Amino acid sequence: MQVVVLGNGITGVTAAIGLRALRPDWRITIVSGESTYHYSRPALMYVFMGHMRYQETKPYPDRFWSEQGLELVRAWVDRIDPEAKVLECRDGSKIPYDRLLIATGAKSNKFGWPGQDLMGVQGLYNLMDLRLLAANAERARRAVLVGGGLIGVELAEMLKTRGIDVTFLVRESSYWNNILPPEESAMVTELLREEGLDLRLETELDEILDDGSGRCRGVRTKGGEEIPCEIVGLTAGVSPNLSALRGSGIPCGRGVLVDWGLKTQVEDVWAAGDCAEIQTEGEGRNLIQQVWYTGKAQGEVAARALAGEEVRYTPRTWFNSAKFFDLEYQVYGFVPPKKGEENHHFWIDADGKKSLRIVEKEGQVLGIQVMGMRLRHLVCERWLKEERSLEYVLSHLYEADFDPEFFSRSLIGEVTA
Amino acid sequence: MSANDDPEEILAFDEENEAFPAPMPSQRPKPNALGVLARLLVGVGAILLLVWAIWGMQFVPNLLWPIGIFGALSLGGILWSVATYGGKPGGIRNDGTFFNAGTSRGWVAWILGFVFTLFYVLLYWYPNGVAGLVALVDPLSRGLFGLPANRWFLYGFLYTLAVLVMGIRMLYRYRHNKYQIYRTLSVMFFQTILAFLIPHLLQLFDQPEFYFSYFWPLKYDYLFPSTIHGLLKQPGGLAVFMVFWTVALSLVAVPILTYFFGKRWYCSWVCGCGGLAETMGDPFRHLSSKKVSAWRLERFLIYFVLLLIVALTAILWINSAMEGGFLGSFSQAYAHWYGFLIGSLFAGVIGVGFYPILGSRVWCRFGCPQAAILGIFQRLFSRFRITTNGGQCMSCGNCSTYCEMGIDVRAYAQRGENIVRASCVGCGICSAVCPRGVLKLENGKGSGDRFEGSENPLAALRVSLGKGFEKRS
Ligand SMILES: Cc1cc2nc3c(=O)[nH]c(=O)nc-3n(C[C@H](O)[C@H](O)[C@H](O)COP(=O)(O)OP(=O)(O)OC[C@H]3O[C@@H](n4cnc5c(N)ncnc54)[C@H](O)[C@@H]3O)c2cc1C
Ligand code: SF4
Ligand code: SF4
Repeated sequence: MQVVVLGNGITGVTAAIGLRALRPDWRITIVSGESTYHYSRPALMYVFMGHMRYQETKPYPDRFWSEQGLELVRAWVDRIDPEAKVLECRDGSKIPYDRLLIATGAKSNKFGWPGQDLMGVQGLYNLMDLRLLAANAERARRAVLVGGGLIGVELAEMLKTRGIDVTFLVRESSYWNNILPPEESAMVTELLREEGLDLRLETELDEILDDGSGRCRGVRTKGGEEIPCEIVGLTAGVSPNLSALRGSGIPCGRGVLVDWGLKTQVEDVWAAGDCAEIQTEGEGRNLIQQVWYTGKAQGEVAARALAGEEVRYTPRTWFNSAKFFDLEYQVYGFVPPKKGEENHHFWIDADGKKSLRIVEKEGQVLGIQVMGMRLRHLVCERWLKEERSLEYVLSHLYEADFDPEFFSRSLIGEVTA
Repeated sequence: MSANDDPEEILAFDEENEAFPAPMPSQRPKPNALGVLARLLVGVGAILLLVWAIWGMQFVPNLLWPIGIFGALSLGGILWSVATYGGKPGGIRNDGTFFNAGTSRGWVAWILGFVFTLFYVLLYWYPNGVAGLVALVDPLSRGLFGLPANRWFLYGFLYTLAVLVMGIRMLYRYRHNKYQIYRTLSVMFFQTILAFLIPHLLQLFDQPEFYFSYFWPLKYDYLFPSTIHGLLKQPGGLAVFMVFWTVALSLVAVPILTYFFGKRWYCSWVCGCGGLAETMGDPFRHLSSKKVSAWRLERFLIYFVLLLIVALTAILWINSAMEGGFLGSFSQAYAHWYGFLIGSLFAGVIGVGFYPILGSRVWCRFGCPQAAILGIFQRLFSRFRITTNGGQCMSCGNCSTYCEMGIDVRAYAQRGENIVRASCVGCGICSAVCPRGVLKLENGKGSGDRFEGSENPLAALRVSLGKGFEKRS
């Protein structure tokens, strides 16, 4: 049996490693265009900033792959032919498969802004982008970032380390307030200002300006203001990368359409991770999950599916974490940006650097969110699963405390008192 | 589309060299006025130090010289960290670590490594080479302790100063992290008081020079019969107390404290070698080798050194009991060579001299027999563990990179497993640098809940040894 995994991101490699454990004697090949070896995508920023080199971002040593009997092929796949069951690569080679997993991840959004293909305009998603950024940064004094998500803040932090001034265009009235409730959003907004970013709220990009040679010289906002810059960072989210699927006949929506078993509508082809769109069939909107842990979780399910088992992907209780410069952020469960029918309880410490939010409805805690402190994932997840009450959570809050030893527990103390 | 205009090909990642262009000099942060002043002070201090090292014998000692030179170096060092880490709140500041010639095995690192190594070689085997520096610190020694300086005063003084100045740098750099603050204050305290002032004051009062913060087998001669007999012959109760202290700490306190707190209570809170590694060695911690071959060497070498010193101590005692009748001259030669190879060459020259090239904990990881004992207890019977936070790890690698002991922390974290390793000194840096709050150093309620099979430590040891053999074959 020849299994091919297309994409060596966390989803692809998790599936390949899982399948190897289940099927010791199958032939498993991982094909990817970006690099031969799997690396940690969220670590891209640390390579640029000099915290690590590329080799430190590889979660497994190179010899691991041959030890596991996983074949690595570095190639871009231009077309999948599910009739002939082959992948056609850009270099002309063909890779046959009996079973295929598509784990091609995502790509940066471009919303058709005028000038978005000029030189100096780029996203931040992969190793090519990082190289491009290194080149673009050499001549840059100011960068304008469009779109206020997590990657935008990372990009801002990266550029700052090279002495490049950053102007941040955010469509909303406060940073990331389509995800963060007003208080947390205000904390981050304040922090970005403290870090010296030129934050332009409620400002939208109108056009990226050409310097006459095909390189960007600045942007114009919808308000008509021109901001000169040498780099424009497009960080307005990502969407599934379907470049390999063109003309394959594998049905796609926004992503590769799969069922709860991660199976596409074509025989012997599965899809998982950032590129997959799970059809929920009347259970609400289709599901596209684009974070690290969901890639890992879907990869684990895909491994069993490729092995021939009957599987069903069951999403884990939602969680996420990030770091805005020095401010850490964690969320568990349901924490909506705007108050609906649920009750929000919010605490913040005196100097505004730590906060805790608990969302509750009819006596049941639905979500927990912290800034500037660390909580224990498994404890929070258990509480949410067990549908604990606010009183219970508050009186057991110390169980979830995950801050390092000797750190001040004053906020937890205050909350539980 | 041809390969030439395909953006993915033009920008394709150069995997062969695994390299990204480092920022151009113009884009590296430039020192501010304070930073320039700091560099100037350090530069002038270093040049004067060099002048004294070479010609110092011919100068007239005067208290102003050492105060001026070491004052300039210390002030320069402190201002340097203020200039580097100031103007922003405390946080993880590893920007440019792998671009800087001092911290990425560049030319600065090689020069530093050469100077450190040369100093150790002169100090141990060509003391005439440091006579100029001894002359420089002589007025200090007389002023502090009323005794003339010798090379060991010089060494103790420089060592303590390095721990203090670089300790202040550490305190400032990690001012947001109480764990780092407390343990840095702790090593600064133990080095200054127990490893510098008290031993010298003891001499002043005609007592044996004694280091209360070192035990056998790190201070290997403290349990040698000659040392114990020598102490017991001394008049007064203090020497007897020293014998009691050595035996009690070496054999009783070490296992008990390690059971409750892990190896870290000693290695990154008390020990002077650890103290230097955690302060002066901090800029180099990421240079520790993470290769499997390094791990294999570590597992062999550290227990081999332990074996050497246990055997040596045993032979000396048997020899002493038989009044020289057991391997008499051999045991003397053995002791001499152990002192030369392990005590001086390994712990000093390689251990500290090579900081800028091999990282800060070479001795602690590959050689220290005290670390070996503490490590065995930590692995088998201790409440200490590093817990990982559920599914939060995104495998970025910061933890493994900055682990000075070369532990692949990520390998555990990405599987959601606790880290229970003999070599972990509990420095807490992995937890500090993790951008997703995944790691927490903890003393649990017991020892048996730390990893699969930890309720039966000896069986776990067998499995772990077995794994080592498997990997080797
Ligand atoms: C800068 C950045 C920071 C992030 N930080 C976080 C974070 O902190 N936490 C978090 O949870 N998530 C984070 N994410 C999101 C996370 O990285 C993704 O969810 C995750 O990488 C998705 O994994 P994947 O395996 O599905 O896809 P990917 O990692 O995108 O891997 C897809 C692979 O497929 C290959 N590929 C695609 N098309 C082709 C083709 N046609 N031919 C050959 N190969 C192809 C590519 O080479 C690529 O390597 C971040 C993302 C970015 C870009
Ligand atoms: S630093 Fe944290 S997130 Fe990164 S690999 Fe280590 S444990 Fe995982
Ligand atoms: S594992 Fe963490 S605490 Fe232990 S030595 Fe390494 S960095 Fe320090």
